Amino acid sequence: MIGDLITRDVRRGTTGTAWLPAAFFLLIVALMPFAVGPDARLLGRIGGGVLWIAALTAALQPIERLIEPDRADGMLDQLFLHGIADESVAAAKVFAHWLTFGPLLLIAAVPGAALMAMDGAALLRGEIALAVGTPGLAALAVAIAAVTAGLPRAGALAGLLLVPLAIPLLIFGAAASSGGHAAALPLEAAISLLLTAGAPFVAGAAIRASRT
Amino acid sequence: MTLLRFEQVVLRRGGRLLFEGMDLVLEPGEALQVAGPNGCGKSSLIRLAAGLLRAERGKVERSPSALADDNLALDRELPLRRALQFWGGAPDEAMETLGIAQLAPVPVRLLSSGQAKRATLARVAASGAWLWLLDEPLNALDADGVERLSRLLDAHRERGGAVLAASHLRLPGEWRLTELAG
Repeated sequence: MIGDLITRDVRRGTTGTAWLPAAFFLLIVALMPFAVGPDARLLGRIGGGVLWIAALTAALQPIERLIEPDRADGMLDQLFLHGIADESVAAAKVFAHWLTFGPLLLIAAVPGAALMAMDGAALLRGEIALAVGTPGLAALAVAIAAVTAGLPRAGALAGLLLVPLAIPLLIFGAAASSGGHAAALPLEAAISLLLTAGAPFVAGAAIRASRT
Repeated sequence: MTLLRFEQVVLRRGGRLLFEGMDLVLEPGEALQVAGPNGCGKSSLIRLAAGLLRAERGKVERSPSALADDNLALDRELPLRRALQFWGGAPDEAMETLGIAQLAPVPVRLLSSGQAKRATLARVAASGAWLWLLDEPLNALDADGVERLSRLLDAHRERGGAVLAASHLRLPGEWRLTELAG
């Protein structure tokens, strides 16, 4: 059943608007040369950080369709009646969401790095940092989606909640991208792991609390 | 084997006491209808029996159940048969009984409300659970639908299943009645 749920969520995630977060990501990156000027050395230096700001913005984009439609349609109730713990449902949703979000972002980072005049080594560092960090970002998005499911203007509230919680990931992710400190990548991995491991419990509790 | 037992259950929703001291036992082959005016807590009682709500006090012993309420819980972009198959089991027999077998290739989003109601009932019938929880099962059903539902419930009870239904209308067939005060 969990496998079926992941397959279903991936299918629903990849039909229709799956490309939107990646498009958002590229749009934010493309704004930077306009905002700070076309100086290639400057762009290259801030490129790692810009990729992360863009990734954070892109992570906000799909939040409203992660949990709320299934809550409103009774899917979550029926999964519970089939004996699947809310935490397991949330974990499946984190995995499925990463599958439709992470790889596309990694692909979009290639043209993104070119726009920021980043060289090959910087692109590789950025890709590694994004690959390590996107599971944490996806998990955080699912947890926030569950907490805000069913609330009016949930999208705006979700943004306010997600961005501050993602700051540690942003700090170490951006540092690992720019290659300044050797410890940045392990620290980013630790935070990403913490978010990925904790999110299913937060989301599961939120799903239970939202039942009326 | 008792399929559902409430002992001195108290349920409060949003500060309002819906019922207290509720005792209820459902044995195999039984059908129990919860009746009462709008807002008296019929749906809450069904959700309590499903384990979706917790009682404020008292004990609820429940066996695995299948629930049909106003929520469709079927993927709208999928053909009906595939959407039902997500929930496991073989939906063909239930779809035949409820008269929606010919709708198998039709996307769920195109179903009328009566057809959607039949689909949620087919999901319950295909679940293999012994305890069926039905919230307003007659909503949107036409005369033919009511007749088919009645036959489906009779067959389920003959096999040793039990049904708990909430409705403000008179349900077809023989039901033990529990009246909730408004």
